[in-house]
Amino acid sequence: MGLAARRTAEAVPLLLLVSGIAFALLQFVPGGPIEVYLSNPGVRPEDLERLRRALGLDRPLWEQYVSWLVAFVRGDWGFSFSDGRPVFDRIAERLPASIELLGASLALALAAGIPAGIVAAVTHRSMLDRSISAVAAAGVSIPTFWLGLMLQLTFAIGFGWLPSSGRAADSEGLARLQYLAMPATVLAFAHAAAWSRYLRASLIGVLRAPFVAAARARGVGPRARLTRHVLPNALAPVASVVLLDAALLVPGAVVTESVFAWPGVGSLFIEALGRRDYTVLMAMLMVSSVAVVSFNLLADVLHAWLDPRVAS
Amino acid sequence: MRRAGVWLALIAAAAMTAPLLAPYAPDALDLAHRRAAPSFAHWFGTDDLGRDVFSRALFGGRVSIAIGLLSATVAAGLGVAVGAAAGYLGGWTDTLLMRGTDAVLSVPRLLLLMVAAATLQPSVPALVIIVGAVGWMETARVTRAAVRSLLASEFVVAARAAGAGHLRILSRHLLANASGAIRVAAVLAVGRGILVESALSFFGVGVQPPSASWGSMLYQAQSAMTTEPWLALFPGACIVVTVGALTAVSDAADE
Repeated sequence: MGLAARRTAEAVPLLLLVSGIAFALLQFVPGGPIEVYLSNPGVRPEDLERLRRALGLDRPLWEQYVSWLVAFVRGDWGFSFSDGRPVFDRIAERLPASIELLGASLALALAAGIPAGIVAAVTHRSMLDRSISAVAAAGVSIPTFWLGLMLQLTFAIGFGWLPSSGRAADSEGLARLQYLAMPATVLAFAHAAAWSRYLRASLIGVLRAPFVAAARARGVGPRARLTRHVLPNALAPVASVVLLDAALLVPGAVVTESVFAWPGVGSLFIEALGRRDYTVLMAMLMVSSVAVVSFNLLADVLHAWLDPRVAS
Repeated sequence: MRRAGVWLALIAAAAMTAPLLAPYAPDALDLAHRRAAPSFAHWFGTDDLGRDVFSRALFGGRVSIAIGLLSATVAAGLGVAVGAAAGYLGGWTDTLLMRGTDAVLSVPRLLLLMVAAATLQPSVPALVIIVGAVGWMETARVTRAAVRSLLASEFVVAARAAGAGHLRILSRHLLANASGAIRVAAVLAVGRGILVESALSFFGVGVQPPSASWGSMLYQAQSAMTTEPWLALFPGACIVVTVGALTAVSDAADE
């Protein structure tokens, strides 16, 4: 597939750029990478010098960058500043929780956003459309973390129906869902809102198209017009937006996981941010960039497959 | 549209006249009335130091709105420059700039911003610049699309035939006619700037004390959720109303 190869080739310089920015940012840390040792009175200046040599910090910057990059590509992501364990292991052990949350949110966002967009467009300018559009407009204006706090306030602290945070990985069925319900809703809401808005606008455009009026004139009923004429034309552009947007679930998960203490990679990122655990932050930045870029790549390829005009 | 506009005007007026409106100084301590629930004396309640949350929200709003507006100005400036260059010059410049824009769009910017804010520990002006620096891509796309579609119009051809230079065509004819679309993108960028700032501040890497923004007020509120929920309720509601009004205005302008 020519397109996929071209896009992959384009992704490489982008990821190099991100890695360069991440590496450069680390140089701005007051005290540099060995900041943690500087404030320790038990560490003598000659120890610092030895440490600097041992870590290769006395070498030129570009050499440090290249060796970091090579090691990173090989899966050697260094050791966490806060607990000394390999960064790779720390991230890997958090992945299952994040995948569970992302999967649930994606399903929820599609199940809510697509029907809402269709109903709003079909009942254009009615009360129903106005209320759906109002909820959708709220969805794109509410800070994710604040929605999380308000749900906790209502359903956990107020009614006591749901646990306020955490995850029940070992239990089955209902208990597990109870923990998943609020974080998945919060993460899904903004996306469901954005997708329903986009689908509504796209559908309204297609509904006005002459070929729809022609179908009506030929006596095609409203349901058949919608399913056979309007939806196939309106969904194609939405599908690519959904795929491009789904990649944003990854950074969104960072915020949501942290609010609900969901033990995934997102919480790890915020913990690392609080402890200035730079090795973990750098690796997370790279991993999430790779994830988002691959998602975009997938979106491009799928879009080209859905709509062959794009590829040319 | 009209209602959203009225809301925006009210919010802007409240932020501008905060020193007149605020019943208390935003950092005046009142240890006798700590953690007080909302009342007539303290509309939004008080925090753990007895500071009036309503007054703090008014002053915090100035910081949040200023960061939103100024970062959107930075973003719109960069976006118009990139979009106009790509659209007007066309060819490989266009390809390079727009592929670059797509590329930057596909970087998880919130995470990059968080790491940048944590390492650089920016002041408020620096925060404006870094938030603006990652928000120009949407404006660039909109500007480029508008410029390209206008480039073939007869009035542009006529202006060129009449001897108008590149800069004149670009500013008087192309950008002037694209200004509606650019304004919609800029209004959206204000809302996005406010949301990004609030997220950074909520995680403790944005606006630092003694300054306060709506986001940093929520950062402080998080630890007292069970006992003083009003600390989280009101600053967040301010963000929702402001960003919601901005979204509504840009939606209306779009249609």
